[in-house]
Amino acid sequence: MTVLVDISHRVGDFAIDVRFESAGRLTALFGPSGSGKTTLIDMIAGLIRPDKGRIEVDGRVLIDTGAGIFVPKHRRRIGMVFQDARLFPHMSVASNLRYGRWFTRATERYAEMDAVVELLGIGPLLDRRPAKLSGGEKQRVAIGRALLASPRLLLMDEPLASLDEARKAEILPYIERLRDETKIPIVYVSHSVAEVARLASDVVTLAQGHVIASGPTEAVMQRLDLLPAEERGEGGAVLDTKVLHHDAVFGMTVLGSAAGEIRVPRLAMNTGARVRVRIRARDVMIATEKPTGLSALNILPGTIVAISPGEGATVEVGIDCNGAAVLARITEQSRQGLKLRLGGKVFAVVKTVSFDRANTGVGLPAEADG
Amino acid sequence: MNWLLDLTPDEWNAVRLSIKVATVAMLASLPPGILIALLLARGQFWGKTLLNGLVHLPLILPPVVTGYLLLLTFGKRGPAGAFLAEHFGIVFSFRWTGAALACGVMGFPLMVRAIRLSIEAVDRKMEAAAGTLGANPYWVFATITLPLMLPGLIAGAILSFAKAMGEFGATITFVSNIPNETQTLPSAIYTFTQVPGGDEGALRLTLISIVISMAALVASEVLARRVGRRMDIE
Repeated sequence: MTVLVDISHRVGDFAIDVRFESAGRLTALFGPSGSGKTTLIDMIAGLIRPDKGRIEVDGRVLIDTGAGIFVPKHRRRIGMVFQDARLFPHMSVASNLRYGRWFTRATERYAEMDAVVELLGIGPLLDRRPAKLSGGEKQRVAIGRALLASPRLLLMDEPLASLDEARKAEILPYIERLRDETKIPIVYVSHSVAEVARLASDVVTLAQGHVIASGPTEAVMQRLDLLPAEERGEGGAVLDTKVLHHDAVFGMTVLGSAAGEIRVPRLAMNTGARVRVRIRARDVMIATEKPTGLSALNILPGTIVAISPGEGATVEVGIDCNGAAVLARITEQSRQGLKLRLGGKVFAVVKTVSFDRANTGVGLPAEADG
Repeated sequence: MNWLLDLTPDEWNAVRLSIKVATVAMLASLPPGILIALLLARGQFWGKTLLNGLVHLPLILPPVVTGYLLLLTFGKRGPAGAFLAEHFGIVFSFRWTGAALACGVMGFPLMVRAIRLSIEAVDRKMEAAAGTLGANPYWVFATITLPLMLPGLIAGAILSFAKAMGEFGATITFVSNIPNETQTLPSAIYTFTQVPGGDEGALRLTLISIVISMAALVASEVLARRVGRRMDIE
């Protein structure tokens, strides 16, 4: 399953010139507002016709301006979840969910009502009217409605942007389930590092209508210089780990990663479950000797593989911890004081409490599982 | 109270005819009304201003002028009238169908205005969402646009009906004032006022006219509120 986008388009003074290809399970289109993400996703859905270019989903050409091909949106079978949900106000939740089914040929239908209702936990809402739902419930219904049209690709346009933190936390697990339990590839638009680091397998970073980075999430999230200014503090390493065991005495969970054991606040997950953690660069300290008499519980040995100037008086230090990349942001003064240089052996120190809810999510299944 | 319902056969006929004419005028106006409202609300074409002006003509012309133009066009020797009579057997001149045509034309701008406003109020993002779910433009119109513009549609239909109930000038000019055929309530009231001792009859029909118009208004309010409650748009 691949999505190929190669288009150029102009809206007033704003030019979009984008080319990317992704075979990821959940590809994030990531960038600050005004970078062209939504325009791009609207083109994939068929809501906007690009001036020039080509879009392919799974080998099927949806747009090829050179060959004069433009598949109208209702024949693309691409599901879309909008930021503002857009549930039909004159229909019940159940009718909203069934809407797309009418227009899907029986042979192409794979989504089952019961399974989708169960997946999203929307059983109790079926008889209600959209106006009587909370923001989080609306988004879950909107996701279900898109799924039940049995799409070949699911587009999600900042589905959490208009929700508060509590509602976001309510929906994120459902999107993780969607990513892991269905076969539908997802393209997810977001400007939030937290969401992208938690959900995405692949990231395409956009700025001013151009792709400035693309690749696996772990790699792209390390490029702090490419993050939008207001999100830079959120950037850092993304590690895929497994639950080793729970520490009942101290209420912690011990995760196994390539870098070594990581202790995080207790997670409600079974032993062996995949967990993705984000370690913000600003939360990582560097020690040149194994520290003692320190409250931080996670001390990961590694080798410095990159040092690059950061914002202001900071530097960003890349540390290879037995194959896992960890990023630290420290001051230039600390770097000189510790005489850090490439190839130096150091310890990355991370406090357990810096792994809050927003920084831990369900890890992606290994490709072999899916 | 009894004297109110104690109508002569001719008076009853006028009441029945008025309701029939107004209902037919309203129903027949709906399809072209929706179509033209759609064109004006959504269309981008040359001559849109001209079409808008044409639709509004009956509102600004003296009714007698509209009636006379109808007579010229749809009368027995009029181009449209002769064509329709010859090929479809539809005759308008001095028939109740002509009264319905006159009433429909007079109410048309009111209907189109109400429907156009309701189309412009429909959130096009909802239509885009329906499109991504696989609905082609016709289905989108039938399942999303039409239900969402229903309150305005009802308002437009009732306005057209009310206008038809009260239409006088164009009707009497086009199809005259023939009892049992083209004598609607306003024509009948007018006739009463022209004969000595007709005051009582005129008053009776006036009251009936008020009752029917009020009933139509109340019905539209109830209907619109029910539709609105069902939709519950925040």
